[in-house]
Amino acid sequence: MDKRSRFASLIGPPGIYLLLIFLVPIGVMFIYSFRSGISGVAHDTFTLANYQSFLRNTNFQNLLWRSAIISVTIAGFSTLMAYPLAYYLVFKAGAKRVTLMTLLIVPTWTSYLLRIFSWKLILGSSGALNSLLLSLGWIEKASPILIYSQQAVIATLVYVWVPFVALPIFAALERIDKSLLEAATDLGCPKWEAFLRITLPLSLPGVLAGFFFALIPTLGEFVTPLLVGGVSGSMYGNLIQDQFMRALNWPMGSVMSMAMLLAVLFLIFMLTRFGSLSDLAGF
Amino acid sequence: MDKPKWPSPGSIYYVAVCVLLYLPIILLAFFSFNDSTTLVFPLKGFTLRWYEQLFDNSELLKAVGNSLMIGFGSSLAATILGSMGAIAIVRFRLPGRGLFLAVSAMPLVIPYVILGVSLLILFHEIGIPLSAFAAGLAHVIISIPYAMLIVASRLVGFPDNLEEAAMDLGASYWGALLRVTIPICAPALLAAFLLCFTMSFDEYAIASFLVGTDTTLPVYLYSQLRFPTRLPMVVALAAILMTITMAVMLFSEWLRRAGQSNARKA
Repeated sequence: MDKRSRFASLIGPPGIYLLLIFLVPIGVMFIYSFRSGISGVAHDTFTLANYQSFLRNTNFQNLLWRSAIISVTIAGFSTLMAYPLAYYLVFKAGAKRVTLMTLLIVPTWTSYLLRIFSWKLILGSSGALNSLLLSLGWIEKASPILIYSQQAVIATLVYVWVPFVALPIFAALERIDKSLLEAATDLGCPKWEAFLRITLPLSLPGVLAGFFFALIPTLGEFVTPLLVGGVSGSMYGNLIQDQFMRALNWPMGSVMSMAMLLAVLFLIFMLTRFGSLSDLAGF
Repeated sequence: MDKPKWPSPGSIYYVAVCVLLYLPIILLAFFSFNDSTTLVFPLKGFTLRWYEQLFDNSELLKAVGNSLMIGFGSSLAATILGSMGAIAIVRFRLPGRGLFLAVSAMPLVIPYVILGVSLLILFHEIGIPLSAFAAGLAHVIISIPYAMLIVASRLVGFPDNLEEAAMDLGASYWGALLRVTIPICAPALLAAFLLCFTMSFDEYAIASFLVGTDTTLPVYLYSQLRFPTRLPMVVALAAILMTITMAVMLFSEWLRRAGQSNARKA
């Protein structure tokens, strides 16, 4: 009985805070998605029209679908790029590996906005790279390199996510019992086969964790597309932001957010099918 | 066996990624001292002009003030709430633990745009004006899981018999927490606080929905990106911010490590 009350008083304050500032707002947003408007009579009129027009508007769904593909691409490339990094650190870098891993994470502590912005400065038409190439005489006319496109959004976000994705893969590779690999070699197994049949399967939880940790937040991304995406690089998150900040159609924005939330919950459900979240995170 | 005369492909790849990660930071630092209004090569002369301009900019100083306030308040709250959660999930195996763990970890994976707009709606409905305070409330939510993780990993290193020993010697449970557990966790608490602080200090997406007229530093920065003439000043600001954040985070990482190696010795 004593234990229970201690547990309850420890869990109470954070639990209530999460309930009030995290779960309740999502509930209120759900209710909002049925309202006709944000003020007056429209505010108190409930309707399914928002959902109907969301389902009828193929633009919205296309953008959600396109954003999902962009996110999967980003998470996929990040994982592909992060795996060799983590593999190199765990198996080849020796005692320095933790320090070298930390070195990868350090830049991610600095402002995200500024790191993206600085790439914009480097690659823009009046930017550092163009001016360097001009002054070296390698190009004749300045033009923006890579930026303002969907590809730019993908490249930027892969750049942002690689260190974070490397972290769970690094943790998973660290946990592999290295004597398994020695045993395989002793039994005449070639290196690549030992990798395919031992290292890769055992590191899969870390790979999945990294993939999903990059995938899910990227789905709602709207800042990076604003900075480097231009017109063609817009994502679903931008659509939501527009409904709230510009179009002021909050009920419609709520419907869109609910659709995204549903997609995210589905992804989390898929992830937990592969193992518990805490296992995946390495705790 | 093999002679490491040539760098391995792995190490070349690692170095290449590191260069890409550090290049923008280093370039920004260089240009912040460059005596030119545009960021072009070749570099002109050395100047401190842009740094001086920063301190004459009252709008900017106000934004810094707001960010410091939100960062301090939200990380303090998140550290306290997160530590309570961490003690609960590490020390107890009671019904409700799984649910609490799931809900408190959710903000890690919910897109920030959803957190931002749902709070925007809530605050509108119950009449809380958009302000630094509103953004701070939201920052606590995204910080709680990080604070919990850091404190929990510290707690795992210490068996709970230290608390039991204190209670056998006559301390109440809360007394034992206050005088044994909290001091043991002190490095982790500070590390958690610092991590939450830098997260809040850098956070743009949620803040952009909630701050109203209490512009925070990232929101101010974002608004300045449109004005090319302000560029050098923004770059100088960026250089300062990056230096401070890196220093703070290195210190916090050192604290966390020092704490954990002590835990192993104990």
